[in-house]
Amino acid sequence: MLLFLAASLLSFGQNNVLSVASAPKVTAKAGSTVEAKLTLELRSGYHCNSDKPSDDYLIPLKLTWAPGVLEAGEIVYPKPQMEKYTFSEKPLSVYTGDFEIVTRFKAPSSAPAGLAMLTAKLRYQACTDRMCLPPKTVEVSLPVEIVK
Amino acid sequence: MTPRSLAVVVLTGALCTVAFTGCSSMTSHAAVKAEKDRHAAPDFTLKDATGKAVKLSDYHGKVVLLNFWATWCGPCKIEIPWFIDFQQSFKDREFAVLGVSLDDDGWKAVKPYVDEHKINYRVVVGTEELSQLYGGIDALPTTFIIDRSGRIAMKHEGLVSKGEYQNEILDLLNGKTLQKSAAVPRGVPAFFWTK
Repeated sequence: MLLFLAASLLSFGQNNVLSVASAPKVTAKAGSTVEAKLTLELRSGYHCNSDKPSDDYLIPLKLTWAPGVLEAGEIVYPKPQMEKYTFSEKPLSVYTGDFEIVTRFKAPSSAPAGLAMLTAKLRYQACTDRMCLPPKTVEVSLPVEIVK
Repeated sequence: MTPRSLAVVVLTGALCTVAFTGCSSMTSHAAVKAEKDRHAAPDFTLKDATGKAVKLSDYHGKVVLLNFWATWCGPCKIEIPWFIDFQQSFKDREFAVLGVSLDDDGWKAVKPYVDEHKINYRVVVGTEELSQLYGGIDALPTTFIIDRSGRIAMKHEGLVSKGEYQNEILDLLNGKTLQKSAAVPRGVPAFFWTK
């Protein structure tokens, strides 16, 4: 059973272990601010470094929005968990399981009314207790509707 | 039961317990692959931190521990002190560790790490092509134990124990060794090499 689990974890290495749920449409009034929430799920048995890892060598989780109809402001990452792994002498600042990232956007007064799509790149690096996957960047989309 | 027979029973029991727990606490001996199941380790040439070329086939005749790692890989960092120890302990026995870093930032990330951790074996920065040559390195650490004939005797994906590596290295070091004069570099037809 343990061997099967270990083999399964390794075979998952071929895939993306972090899934991002389709973001619901955000409606913003021109000239106002709005929040958008991204829901992420990390495969069981994996962790990824938080946005502020415990060690300079570790790769942080980072969300970067491309320029679009909304201006990205503060990005609020969840509070990390401090977890101890067999390979670490001290607890590491990580995310596991389900978590959310919130972005605060500003809709410029000049933003044209209508539908648009914002895109972002989410970079992360995941590990299990005994191996790590290479850093990965996934594209995230956010449907936006600007109203006057 | 006489005191003497009781003593024999207790002593026997104690010896059995010691023998059993001693064996169970030892790292299981994972044998390397049978020679017939080994395939040639793909050759490559990359530069080390000093700019000097490192060619795998130059290690022909040695047992090589080829370790793919990265500075951002926590489990890899557990193994590095073991490899430093192996390099030191077995360097006079035709053994070498070769580290291949898969850091995207290359030497900018790797050089300070190598210096900080006083890595005593050669390290190169790998490429995607090299990763593909070795079947695609999807997880780190990934380590290949290469025999004296340049064939892969073992592959490990993920962290394994120091004892497991050590057993495999010793299996190969203590196994039948090729005579240096008989070791044919890969790519050189045997008839060119025969005296």
